Amino acid sequence: MVTIEVNGKKVKAAKDQMLLEALRQEGIDIPTLCHIDGLTPTGACRLCVVEVAGMNGLVPSCAYPVSDGMKILTHSPRVMEARKTIVELLLANHPDDCLFCVRNNNCGLQTLAAQLGIRERVYRGGRNEHKIDTSSPSIIRDPNKCVLCGRCVRVCEEVQGVSAIDFVNRGSKATVGTAFEQGMNVSSCIKCGQCIMKCPTGALRENSSVSDVINALKDPEKFVVVQHAPAVSVSLAEEFGLPAGTDVCGIMTTALRLFGFKRVFETSFSADLTIMEEASELVHRIKNGGVLPMMTSCSPGWIKYVEQFYPEFIPNLSTCKSPQQMLGAVIKSFFAQRENIDPAKIYSVSIMPCVAKKFECERPDMNQHGIADVDAVLTTRELAEMIRYFGIDIKKLAPDAADTPFGMRSSAGKLFGVSGGVMEAAIRTAYFMITGTELADLEVKDVRGLNGVKQAKLNIAGLEIGVAVVSGLGNACKLLEEIKAGRKDIQFIEVMTCPGGCIAGGGQPLNSDLKAIRARMKALYSIDTTDSIRTSHGNKAVERLYDEFLGKPLGEKSHHLLHTHYTKRQVIR
Amino acid sequence: MSEIKTVLEKYPNAKRESLIAILQEVQDKEGYLSREAICQVGEHLKLPSAKVYGVATFYNQFRFVKPGIFKIQVCRGTACHVKGSLKVLEAVKNELKIEPGQTTKDGLFSLEVVACIGACGLAPVMAVNGEFHASMAPENVKKILNTYRERTKDEQSK
Amino acid sequence: MNKVNDFGIPVKEKQTGKTYIYVGTGTCGLGAGAGKTVKAINKYIRDKGLNAELVEVGCIGMCTAEPIMEIKANGKNRISFAKVTEDKAAAILDNVLAGKIGDIKPIYQYSEGLEKWDSVLSMEEYQFFKYQKRLVLANCGIINPDSIEEYVAAGGYKALAKIIGGMTPDEVCDTVEKSGLRGRGGGGFSTGKKWKFARASAAEQKYLICNADEGDPGAFMDRAVIEGDPHRLIEGMAIAAYGIGASKAYVYIRAEYPLAIKRIINAIEQAKHYGILGKNILNSGFSLDILIKKGAGAFVCGEETALMNSIEGKRGMPKPRPPYPAVRGLFDKPTIINNVETLANLPGVINIGWEKFSAIGTKTSKGTKVFALSGKVKNTGLIEVVMGTTLRRIVFDIGGGIEKDKKFKGVQIGGPSGGCIPEQHLDIEIDYESLKTVGAMMGSGGMVVMDEGTCMVDIARFFMDFIQKESCGKCIPCREGTRRMLEILNGISSSYRNKTAAQTLQRFKGVMSLRKLADVIKSTSLCGLGQTAPNPVLSTLRWFPEEYEAHIYERKCPAGVCKELLNYKINEKKCKGCTLCAGKCPVQAIKGAKKAPHYIIEDKCIGCGNCLEVCPFKAVEVS
Repeated sequence: MVTIEVNGKKVKAAKDQMLLEALRQEGIDIPTLCHIDGLTPTGACRLCVVEVAGMNGLVPSCAYPVSDGMKILTHSPRVMEARKTIVELLLANHPDDCLFCVRNNNCGLQTLAAQLGIRERVYRGGRNEHKIDTSSPSIIRDPNKCVLCGRCVRVCEEVQGVSAIDFVNRGSKATVGTAFEQGMNVSSCIKCGQCIMKCPTGALRENSSVSDVINALKDPEKFVVVQHAPAVSVSLAEEFGLPAGTDVCGIMTTALRLFGFKRVFETSFSADLTIMEEASELVHRIKNGGVLPMMTSCSPGWIKYVEQFYPEFIPNLSTCKSPQQMLGAVIKSFFAQRENIDPAKIYSVSIMPCVAKKFECERPDMNQHGIADVDAVLTTRELAEMIRYFGIDIKKLAPDAADTPFGMRSSAGKLFGVSGGVMEAAIRTAYFMITGTELADLEVKDVRGLNGVKQAKLNIAGLEIGVAVVSGLGNACKLLEEIKAGRKDIQFIEVMTCPGGCIAGGGQPLNSDLKAIRARMKALYSIDTTDSIRTSHGNKAVERLYDEFLGKPLGEKSHHLLHTHYTKRQVIR
Repeated sequence: MSEIKTVLEKYPNAKRESLIAILQEVQDKEGYLSREAICQVGEHLKLPSAKVYGVATFYNQFRFVKPGIFKIQVCRGTACHVKGSLKVLEAVKNELKIEPGQTTKDGLFSLEVVACIGACGLAPVMAVNGEFHASMAPENVKKILNTYRERTKDEQSK
Repeated sequence: MNKVNDFGIPVKEKQTGKTYIYVGTGTCGLGAGAGKTVKAINKYIRDKGLNAELVEVGCIGMCTAEPIMEIKANGKNRISFAKVTEDKAAAILDNVLAGKIGDIKPIYQYSEGLEKWDSVLSMEEYQFFKYQKRLVLANCGIINPDSIEEYVAAGGYKALAKIIGGMTPDEVCDTVEKSGLRGRGGGGFSTGKKWKFARASAAEQKYLICNADEGDPGAFMDRAVIEGDPHRLIEGMAIAAYGIGASKAYVYIRAEYPLAIKRIINAIEQAKHYGILGKNILNSGFSLDILIKKGAGAFVCGEETALMNSIEGKRGMPKPRPPYPAVRGLFDKPTIINNVETLANLPGVINIGWEKFSAIGTKTSKGTKVFALSGKVKNTGLIEVVMGTTLRRIVFDIGGGIEKDKKFKGVQIGGPSGGCIPEQHLDIEIDYESLKTVGAMMGSGGMVVMDEGTCMVDIARFFMDFIQKESCGKCIPCREGTRRMLEILNGISSSYRNKTAAQTLQRFKGVMSLRKLADVIKSTSLCGLGQTAPNPVLSTLRWFPEEYEAHIYERKCPAGVCKELLNYKINEKKCKGCTLCAGKCPVQAIKGAKKAPHYIIEDKCIGCGNCLEVCPFKAVEVS
């Protein structure tokens, strides 16, 4: 420990700790645009500068370690003048359209400008004019609003190992762009949306489907149904100032009915369905010498990643569609038949913690006779936007139950929302499929938690199975390389594109910090401990679907509706 | 295309530190960096194209359009500036009707502005394919460019 | 060739009875036509069947005198002729070989102790060299840079042999520290002290980098040293690498210097051949490899952390420090970056010893400094003077005063990081500290002389334009701030017509905004480029405020450079009414009937100067 003096007050700090961290621990708010907790500081934005006695210039606190006896002023006139000027400079090259901006009232730059009392445009002059890139179904990039903090570039490279974007050009012409400044749709972008989560301004945002959905709801010809993903109900509340980890599943259902959705379904139901298919596939592969290790296929960013960077692993991917697409498929087949509705009139919406799902529903295989299985995907953020649009106060709503036939779920299906959840659910069911008995302790602790890489060895009736759970594609990449190099002790791998899984997805509320993500995870685990149905094979509604319609897992109908295939993908790598 | 391969073959098992050298060599051979070149170099070094493109656009030296037969460099260093290099540049622009970074329609000339060519004692300096023209005056631009035009005519008639 | 030195390199001595002809074929010599002169001389030697050797040498520093031919013949002192274009070579040779001096007069003769030429100044008496002390440039323009033997004959590689044979790395660091040698590339940090940081960092691999990415517009010292005496740099690098314990070194050199690259590569090959580079040098256990990295053109790569990123194959964007390169640098290993001139000083420091070296120069700045003297001075070129030499001596004695004997206005020192020094400080004794007191800095040593025809607002604008293009774009104050500073300067020097109220207000607030932005950019920018970027503006504001005032309030450019502030008029007597100007006027401000005198509507004119340029009768007049 060292002692430093902050604004005249003696304060303890850990040795070699960065100043920024030490100051924040003291409850001092230091602004920054470029800092990301846990990644190496770049010192780009210069907003976190402080005055250190004995130093000529101002010091960036994010990249400067504390040392004993250091005397620091965090809000001296000189510091404030510098911060203010820096923000004024940013505003000089920033569009004036806050009113129309998706980040209005939720923008790092706007907040800073207000904090620093900037009430006029101080510098006028040329602005960089860029085209807005709307080519991607998932992500819209507006370089005009980019402040070049570089957080998107770093998360894309350091966390996801993709590097679809990087800094381009130099000096005042510098910008963030794809290779050859082409559209995101032809780039190697995997649509995970982690860049959106890190963007302080409106330069990166989801490709919104809100108005499409509102229009569909207005259309009397359309039968509009909705499904919502397991991770949405434990994060939506944050958008309305409720504590992170509050589960608003039933309230959300009520709200969705108020919008005018004819049916509200749970994607957790089809998560259970996925487990029935996927566990069967795993057992089949193990027993019949199929390609191993088998890898999960719920996360569309991961699928695109394999298709473009590791096509040699395509045979390892489970052929199961994701829960979103499975439910989409049974809604427009089984449900349509049962309710006697023309599938072409059904408008199927899904609410996801994810922007890659917007891309997934447009994949070529995701339709029947040209009718899309899922018509529109909304993110958690877009759902919140619609709740506000319809003037609904979720704090005053009473919870309600989802609709049959896809309203019932096990807590195993709900666990899909967190990294390791698919694995845990699959293990529970695979064990049952192999042994005919239930696992004594349903909790598989080794695959729980927010670690990027988790591994376990299982023994199911004498059968040794090695499993691995990774989240964040940087971690997935390392594992694939190990397998390429000859690693053979793993038979089943769960991969989630976003670090921590869907609770930290690219469609979740902005400014989600680690604390919030952990609270969402805890909420899902606590649902699992208290729930009466904890295994996918225990879901009676799934059982009924097989009895009445699908036949059996991996059967012909399943094969047709619930499975898909992947192909090598040409992108600018 | 094969030109790029020949360059890459000289760098087996190369790492990222060879990136700029490889790009320089490719540009020497092809005159510029084509998309194919950037993608192939990226593949060779296991670097994403976006990274390679990001690096290439950072440095003044790299061009992304095919240059002319004669590459004109007008020095805009300090010494050249005080001796009127801006007027020389204007004269070249007027004569060729192109901006820096562009190539004339006939493919004969491309124009580039360099920060300092390091021949300050001879200011203002213009170089054509590495050949220096010292103490340039705007009124000499046409004459000098004409000698290069003649050269191609001579070669064609041969 | 009889003697050999410690490395077994034969010493090349001049043969008596043979004629030696030297031509400076550095970049500037070639630019002035030295290539053709060389051809003419070769033809002459062939035609006459002379027992002669043509030696291509580097740059002696007198750019205005290029091409330079020197002849050593008939047992007489080597004699030097200026501006020897291809047509003059034969006549000069005819005379000199006959022991005569013809119509073309030599400029000086060397003091070699041989028979003197009558009434020819010695080099030491010749004005350009009289006030110089050439330590770093000792061999430049004199020996053949492609010959290691000639370097050895001039005392080369003695210092390296001395340290490898009898000094520990710590002693080398000590010696360099005590010599008072400071970094010649910019900041002027003690070289020995810097080395000791790297020496103290324990690591299996350490690196030395020679920064030869001379991106500073107006500087060409590094190019001249490498073109003229590459072995001196290699010897310096070997000394530095030995001192810090580096076994791998890089020369990061601008790709725009093809000749320098060729010469250094050749020199490295020669050094390898004689075991000066490679494994286990002189059985000492010390090994060194030198690699060349060609810079691809980015001024910011002069910044140490950016340069290292560039060597690693990345965008040359600086990184925050700490960690300092001496602790964690290239490939995360301890790294020392020294500039060419610093390294080229080392053989001298070792050879003469720290005591003698530290006796040269001023109290705080030891040794000599090489400057690239250019701009509106009669003798442009490369000079080396003792620290503490006055600016007046350099400009008026060595430089020979202002071109066309116009009035001196200022000297820009230190390039985009430096500042302009006005006339009242001409007597300043140049060293690291004195330059700072007048708002300039040593920088790498570009020295651009300006006369009354130079507009200081324009100079500030020139540097701001350069910086905002060369900023890496990473940190906000530098990227956005320099751009706004440039816009303010553009506003000050642009036409006052057709402007909005906001633009006019911005112009009036200009100086205030410039000062504020400069302050923030200086104190918050990430790297040296940003921290010094406002200097050219601040120094011109400090010494030439009246020029800014004239631009802002009187809307006049006293030097007549900012063309939008000039007034254009058509002289009715000279105008023939050809209508050419009216056609070229972008704002239709020129009226008049065909074949009748035209006139310019003053309020409409934006001062673009097109009419002036196109008028075949010189009828457009400027005031």
